[in-house]
Amino acid sequence: MKSDSPYEPVIGLEVHAQLATRSKIFCGCSTTFGADPNSHACPVCLGLPGALPVLNREAVEFAIRLILAVGGQVSERSVFARKNYFYPDLPKGYQISQFDVPIGQGGSVEFVCDLHSAHKVQVGLIRIHLEEDAGKSLHNEDPADDSTLVDVNRCGVPLLEIVSKPEIRSPRDASLYLQQMHQILQYLGICTGNMEEGALRCDANVSIRPAGSTVLGTRTELKNMNSFRAVERALSVEIGRQTELVRDGQLIRQETMLWDEKSQTVHPMRSKEESSDYRYFPDPDLLPLQISSSWVDSVRASLPELPMARAARLAAQYGIPDYDASVLTETRELADYYEQTVAVFTDGKKASNWIMTEVLRILKEKSIGISSFPVRPEHLGQLLATVSDGTISGTAAKTVFEQMVVTGKSPKDIVTEGGFAQISDGTMLGHLVDRVLDENQDQVATYRSGNQRVLAFFVGQVMKNSKGKANPQRISELLKERLDRS
Amino acid sequence: MADALGSGATSAPALTDAHLDRIAARRDVNAYINVTGEMAKVAAATAAQSRDLPLAGIPIAIKDNITVEGVPCTCGSRMLEHWIAPYDAAVVERLKSAGAVILGKTNCDEFAMGSSNENSYFGPVQNPNAPGRVPGGSSGGSAAAVADFQAAAALGSDTGGSVRLPAAFCGVVGLKPTYGAVSRWGLVAFASSLDQVGVLGRTVDDTRRVFEVIRGYDPKDSTSMRDIPVEPIPETLTIGLPREYYGDGLDPEVRRAVTGTAQALQAAGHRLVDVSLPNSPYTIAAYYIICCAEASANLARYDGVKYGYRSASTQDLSSMYGRTRSEGFGMEVKRRILLGTYVLSAGYFDAYYATAQKVRARIAADFTDAFKTIDCLLTPTAPTCAFKLGEKLDDPLAMYLMDIYTTSVNLAGLPAISIPCGRSSAGLPIGAQIIGRPFEENLILSLASEVEERVGGSNNVS
Repeated sequence: MKSDSPYEPVIGLEVHAQLATRSKIFCGCSTTFGADPNSHACPVCLGLPGALPVLNREAVEFAIRLILAVGGQVSERSVFARKNYFYPDLPKGYQISQFDVPIGQGGSVEFVCDLHSAHKVQVGLIRIHLEEDAGKSLHNEDPADDSTLVDVNRCGVPLLEIVSKPEIRSPRDASLYLQQMHQILQYLGICTGNMEEGALRCDANVSIRPAGSTVLGTRTELKNMNSFRAVERALSVEIGRQTELVRDGQLIRQETMLWDEKSQTVHPMRSKEESSDYRYFPDPDLLPLQISSSWVDSVRASLPELPMARAARLAAQYGIPDYDASVLTETRELADYYEQTVAVFTDGKKASNWIMTEVLRILKEKSIGISSFPVRPEHLGQLLATVSDGTISGTAAKTVFEQMVVTGKSPKDIVTEGGFAQISDGTMLGHLVDRVLDENQDQVATYRSGNQRVLAFFVGQVMKNSKGKANPQRISELLKERLDRS
Repeated sequence: MADALGSGATSAPALTDAHLDRIAARRDVNAYINVTGEMAKVAAATAAQSRDLPLAGIPIAIKDNITVEGVPCTCGSRMLEHWIAPYDAAVVERLKSAGAVILGKTNCDEFAMGSSNENSYFGPVQNPNAPGRVPGGSSGGSAAAVADFQAAAALGSDTGGSVRLPAAFCGVVGLKPTYGAVSRWGLVAFASSLDQVGVLGRTVDDTRRVFEVIRGYDPKDSTSMRDIPVEPIPETLTIGLPREYYGDGLDPEVRRAVTGTAQALQAAGHRLVDVSLPNSPYTIAAYYIICCAEASANLARYDGVKYGYRSASTQDLSSMYGRTRSEGFGMEVKRRILLGTYVLSAGYFDAYYATAQKVRARIAADFTDAFKTIDCLLTPTAPTCAFKLGEKLDDPLAMYLMDIYTTSVNLAGLPAISIPCGRSSAGLPIGAQIIGRPFEENLILSLASEVEERVGGSNNVS
């Protein structure tokens, strides 16, 4: 939203996170993405007559993790409800969800708006609830055959629905909120966060109002945003559309809008696809979910350090700038990588520089995550230590690193096999120095006559003769020793 | 029968063949929708090798809303006429492991909705005691099969009296266990918070033997419960007679038989007490709101997409849903789905569904209060004897009132048994109902045995 607009957007997000449990929420079928259609199906997720749901304990535990991580309240007793609507990819004709008594309430998410200014925004949460995912309808695009096929593999994959308060004030903040949520879910190890696979999905409720007003305008619901970028773009477009309508004196209709990624536009969803009355009622097949305080306590005790806290700790513990700490804590795996590197090589800033430039460059080039990166963090630490103690030069280090990426070998092996070690041995370097001095008596005379700039010439010659392996600092020392001696 | 098998007086294959012959000879009763003769013969041959199993060789019929692997499970509906169940219900698995021989699937009201068995797509069942009269519903086929010696015992399901009412009408024993005592896995849901698999037998002992096999905790049913310890059965019982169950609308002959049963029990040393269940007048209303609400969701899955009936004349998704469900379901099922959808709708939810749940809690509390001073309740099972086929078809409300003494038990989740207690002047069987505390099946079975001894057994046609 442009700051010169007289209107202020009011945004609330509904995030759906697929939980990375081994099996589905109400049956033992696998949750793995990308299997052959309808290969992860049983009487329960197919909605066969006589089949009954049994709640997956792991899904509940994952929900508790998130609720605690965002400072929410875990309900001692919550209720599963049936959300009734007809759709071919909903085998039972209802979705098992939670309605008036969700598993989690309250809490908030804090994120940094600008990595360089450390300005923080906090968005409150209304509720977090557990539900089952629906299947997928595969519409045939052949005009001669307009049939639709249904894949039930996704039916019953556990979902957490996380509903924020309408406290987000810009499309940019909406995207940052979602990124922060993504980061928290990944840190907790409860969601892959893969938006392309639909593991993290987001709908937005958005309205505008005169800046400074406290009254809420008519909202629209925005769907089909499949990336952080899409969330920001779609909200900007929708806010622009609403602003124009209001400027023209027209009313905003409460409706569902779909984001079209190709045309970067929004358009209303066909009203047929909307259902007005879901007729929620408690699911009689499932008893109310009781969560003991001892269970909550044990989950709390096992919670990992969260991204913002870890960034603060890294900055303090290793003496790195806040910016570095934020970049390094983007994923739990990257932060782990950094900490495993500095466990071997203790100069935090040098390690951070190397990871942020060399390592991240290669990840980007190869489009891989840090978990698939072939160089082990202790090897990177060893490499940096080798530079630091003068065993190899900074220039050689880059070459060694490239080979480590290709071969996955340790730096020690590569340095030895490739002969990358600097020659620091006094005797060997002494011979090289003596030879250069012998061969260049004229320059020796020049030096001794007071022109010390020829020292660089000698160093260059020795380096050349050593094929770059001589330690330049040691060479200077040895040259000076000899030249200044008599 | 188990004793006869155990003593070697007859063999499992011979017993099974005799039942299959009887079923074939009595097709006009229409007790079965599908007979699984070949499967039964194989099971009987196997059972002959394992005589020590609790139900080895005993031929049992299964209501057609309980799944048997590889066999159609129609639920008495056109919707599932051709649907073959790919798995065994938990109760069927337990029967098979106990050596029972499954004879086939019995007729029932469509999706167990009905009190007369006239709501079956496969036609009504005849009462074996009185042709031209209903067997009661919804487990009418199971009750008729047992009464007519077409099965030694049968499984039914009881949501509001669907085991007990046909047991009373057909003159057999019908046990509706405590909610949670028997797994519902594989029982096709009508109203999940009320449904419970029950047993029909010709004697209390037969009924108990089958119940002992099918009962017990099942991790596949979240509402299934581990047995809770119960008190030993006292020798002298205090039997409550709830006055609301002996009021207007009760047929005088039924009243006489049930009161006579109470007096016989008193003569045997038990104590009779007059009690009140004050919320009884609201039972039928609360029951039909709750069961229809749950049914409206439970039956949403029959949409023509995945299995079962799909209308041939559909243009688009909406017409596929509409026509499939219009053509696939019968009148009573549609009536209840519409009613259930209505009571859950925005604006009506609080007035109907939420209120019914409060009433349900009060009805359950009435029983809890009564059980503080008594051990069990004795009531009529139904207000009348078996009525004529077609007699109440045009009056759904009169039909619903057949459940007036049975539905409260489901609302409260209690165990109850219907036991034959005499016959009307026209020779029609009359049933008495004994209601117990949760998980006190043993107590009500034991009292039912006394009724059986003192008042006379089922004296069925043969």
